[in-house]
Amino acid sequence: MGSITPPGSALLRGLRRGAPGRSRLVLAAVLFLAFLATFAVDWAVSPSAQGATSSPSASSSPSGDASSSPSGDADGSPASTQPCTVSATNGCIQGTILDSDREPAAGVDVDVTGPNGFAQTATTADTGRWSVSVETAGQYTVSVDQDTLPTGQYLTNAADAERTVNASLNANAGQIFQLSDQEGATTSDNTSSVTPARAWQQFASGIRLGLLIALASVGLSLIYGTTGLSSFSHGEQVTLGGLLAYVFANQLGWNIWLTGIVVTLLCAATGYLQDAAIWRPLRRRRISLTQLMIVTIGLSIAAQYAFQYFFGASTVRIQQGNPETVTFAGLTLTVQSYVAMAIALLVLVGTGLFLAKTRFGRATRAVSDNPALAAASGIDVDRVIRFVWTLAAGLAGLSGVMLGLVLNGVNWQTGLQLLLLMFASVTLGGLGTAYGALAGSMIIGIVVELTNLVLPGDFKYATALVILILILLFRPQGIFGRAERIG
Amino acid sequence: MDYILNLLSSLTQEALAPTTAAFALAAIGLNVHFGLTGLINMGQAAFLLLGAYGFAISITNGLPFVVAILVALAVAIVFAIILGIPTLRLRGDYLAIVTISGAEIIRMVGRSSLLTTTTGGSNGIAGSAYRDPFNAISPLPDGTTTILWFSYSNNGVNGWWIRIAAWGLVALFTLVLFLLMRSPWGRVVKAIREDEDAVRSLGKNVYSYKMQALVFGGALGALAGVIYVLPSSVQPDAMGRSMTFFIWTALILGGAATVFGPVLGAVLFFVVRLFIRTLAGDFIPDSIMSAQQAEQFSYVLVGVALMLLIVFRPQGLLGNKKELTFSV
Repeated sequence: MGSITPPGSALLRGLRRGAPGRSRLVLAAVLFLAFLATFAVDWAVSPSAQGATSSPSASSSPSGDASSSPSGDADGSPASTQPCTVSATNGCIQGTILDSDREPAAGVDVDVTGPNGFAQTATTADTGRWSVSVETAGQYTVSVDQDTLPTGQYLTNAADAERTVNASLNANAGQIFQLSDQEGATTSDNTSSVTPARAWQQFASGIRLGLLIALASVGLSLIYGTTGLSSFSHGEQVTLGGLLAYVFANQLGWNIWLTGIVVTLLCAATGYLQDAAIWRPLRRRRISLTQLMIVTIGLSIAAQYAFQYFFGASTVRIQQGNPETVTFAGLTLTVQSYVAMAIALLVLVGTGLFLAKTRFGRATRAVSDNPALAAASGIDVDRVIRFVWTLAAGLAGLSGVMLGLVLNGVNWQTGLQLLLLMFASVTLGGLGTAYGALAGSMIIGIVVELTNLVLPGDFKYATALVILILILLFRPQGIFGRAERIG
Repeated sequence: MDYILNLLSSLTQEALAPTTAAFALAAIGLNVHFGLTGLINMGQAAFLLLGAYGFAISITNGLPFVVAILVALAVAIVFAIILGIPTLRLRGDYLAIVTISGAEIIRMVGRSSLLTTTTGGSNGIAGSAYRDPFNAISPLPDGTTTILWFSYSNNGVNGWWIRIAAWGLVALFTLVLFLLMRSPWGRVVKAIREDEDAVRSLGKNVYSYKMQALVFGGALGALAGVIYVLPSSVQPDAMGRSMTFFIWTALILGGAATVFGPVLGAVLFFVVRLFIRTLAGDFIPDSIMSAQQAEQFSYVLVGVALMLLIVFRPQGLLGNKKELTFSV
C-alpha cells in the first residue's frame, strides 16, 4: 500500500481484481461481434442508401456528430409565405437553404427539371424557402445554381449539387442543401467513402462520447449495485447539469470553470436531497423495486416537462460564439472536447481510485456486493447509499455540462437520449459493476460513433440496441457481471 | 353557469374522443403485460407506432383494409417476439430496458430520412393517405347526427363511425380481458406474476406463457395505434417515450390487474388534464403561465401523480391491494 503508484496502473489493477481472467477474452469477442453487426447492418441497408437521394443533416460541426436535431428546423412547420400547397392534383418539391451561419439564404436559384419537358426555376425567398409545384408524379432533377449563392458561401458536398427526387401528388418532397463558408467542404454524412482519416476522427469522437457516457453511467451502475434500482430519471440529472450550466454561463455570464464546479456541486446536492426526501423514506416503507422504478419514471416525466416549462423546447447553448477547433494528430475537435475528455478521464480515474483504495470506497463496494452482509459487518448502509446518490447525481451533472459544451447545445431531452446509451453501457459491462460501466461506456461510445461512418446519424442508436440484444442473448450478466445477478 | 356547462360539455367530449379509446385499448394491452403477467413493458408506444405504420403503409400500397389490419398485427407480434426472446428468461428490469430502447429505435428508424419514401420521415404520413378504406366500410348514412351536446358528422374524419368502432373495440377487449382473467390461462399468468419459480415447479412453461402475454398485449397495442392515427396522422415523434409513460399512468391510475381500470384510467387521464389546462388557461394570466406552459404544467402533475399513486395507492382507483403486491 505504502508506495505511490501511477493512477493508471491502479485502475488497471482494480479492473483485474473485479474480473476473472477470461473476461478480457469476452471483451474482445464482444467488440468483434459489435463491429460485425455494424457491417452486417450496413450491408443490409446499403442498397437503399444508394437509392436515397440525400441524407440531410443540419449539423455542420467539423467533428461530424449529427446527434442533435437532424433536419429539424429545415422541414418543420410550413411557413405562411409558402407558395406551393399540396392538393389531390399537385405535389410540391421544396426546401430551405440556410447559409453557414444558419441564416436564410435569399435569392438562390434552384432548377427543377422533370418528365414531359418540365422545367422550372425557383428562387429562395427571404425565409430561405423555395418550392416548385408539380402536377405529374415521377422523378425530378433538382439542382442549385451555384452562381446565385451569396458571396463567400459555397455548397457543401458540391459534387452532390444535382439530385434526383421522387415527387408524388398530394405530398411534399423535401430537399436540403447545406452551405459552408469554405469552398469544397464535405460533410461526414456522406456515407459513400470510409477513409482511414474519417475512421480515426470518428474513433476519437467515440472515445469522447464514451468518456461522457461513462461519467453518467458509473453513477447509474453504483445506484443499481447498492439499491437494486434501475433509475430511469438518471438522464434528467444529466439534462439538469447542462441546463444549469446554460443559466450560469450564458444567462449570468459566469466563468465556465466556475460554472462547471458550481453546477456539479448543485447537482450533487440534488442527489443528496433526492435520497433524503424520496428514496430513503421509500426504502423505509419497504416499497418494492418495481414500484421504485415506476417512481423514477414519474420523476423523469415531471422533470422533463418542468425543463420545458422553464427553458422551452428549443436547444440552448452554454457558450456563445462558435467554438474554436484544434487539429492534433490528424484529429479536428473543439477545444472544449479536448478539455472535456481530460476532465472526464481525471474524474473517472479519481472515482476508480476512490472505490479501490479508500475505506469508504471499499464500504461502497461491499454494500454493492451484499447489503445484508455489509450491514452485519458494521457498515452504515444508509450512509453509503446516500453517498452513492450524491456522487451519481454530481457525476451526471458534470457529464451534462461537458456534453452541452461538446455538442454545443443542450435541450430538455439531451439526457433522455443519453439514457438509452447508458443502459446499453451498464448492461454490456454488467449491471451494478462500476468498472463494467466504464468499459461498457467506452465500447458503446466508440461503436456508436463508428456507426456514423457507414450509416446516417439516425441509426447510430440502433447499433447500441443491437449490441444490447446480442449481449442479453449470449452473456446476459455482461462483461464483468456474475451469473447469479440475473436471477 | 354557462361556463360550467361549456366546461362539462368539452370534458365529456374529451372523454369519448377516439384518442381516449386508443389509450384505453393500449392500457388494456399493458394490463395484460403488467397487471396480469407482471411484465414491465416500457415500450408500449412502439407497438402503437408499428401498428400505425403497418396499417398506413399497407393501405398506401393498395392492400385492402382487412389485410392492412393483419399486417399491423403481424408487425407488432414479430416485434414482441424479437424483444421477448432475449429478455423473458431474465429478471424483470432487463425487459424494461430493452423495450424502452427498442421503442426509441423504432421511432428513430421511422423518422429517419433514409425511409422518407416509405414512412414519410419526420413528417410522418398524412391521414388522408390511408383513411378512406376505413370510412368506406361505415354502415352509417352520410350526414350529421346530434345526441345531447355531441354533434359530429357520421362518416367524417373525426366523426361517429370512428368513435363507435373505437369504443366497440374497447368494450370487446374489456370483455376478453374479463374472460381471460377467469380462464386457466389467466390463472397461470397471474401466478407467474406472484411467484415465477412456484409456477415453474408445477411444470408450466413460464417462458412460453410470458411470451404469449407479451404478444397478445402488443397486438392490442397495434390495434390501439391504428385507432389513434385514423382521425389524425402518423407522427413518429408523438408516439415516443412520453406516450408509453402516459399509458402507464392511465393504467396505474385506474388500477392494474382490474377489468375496468385501464378504461377508467385513460378517461380520467384525458379529462383531468383538459380540466387543469382549461382552468389554468382561463384563470391564470398569461404573464404567469402561458397556454403552452399550462400544457406542460399538466404533464408535470401527471409525473407527480404517478409517483404518489405508485407509492400510496399502488392498486389504483379500482384495484384490490391484496391482488397486486408488486412482489418483484
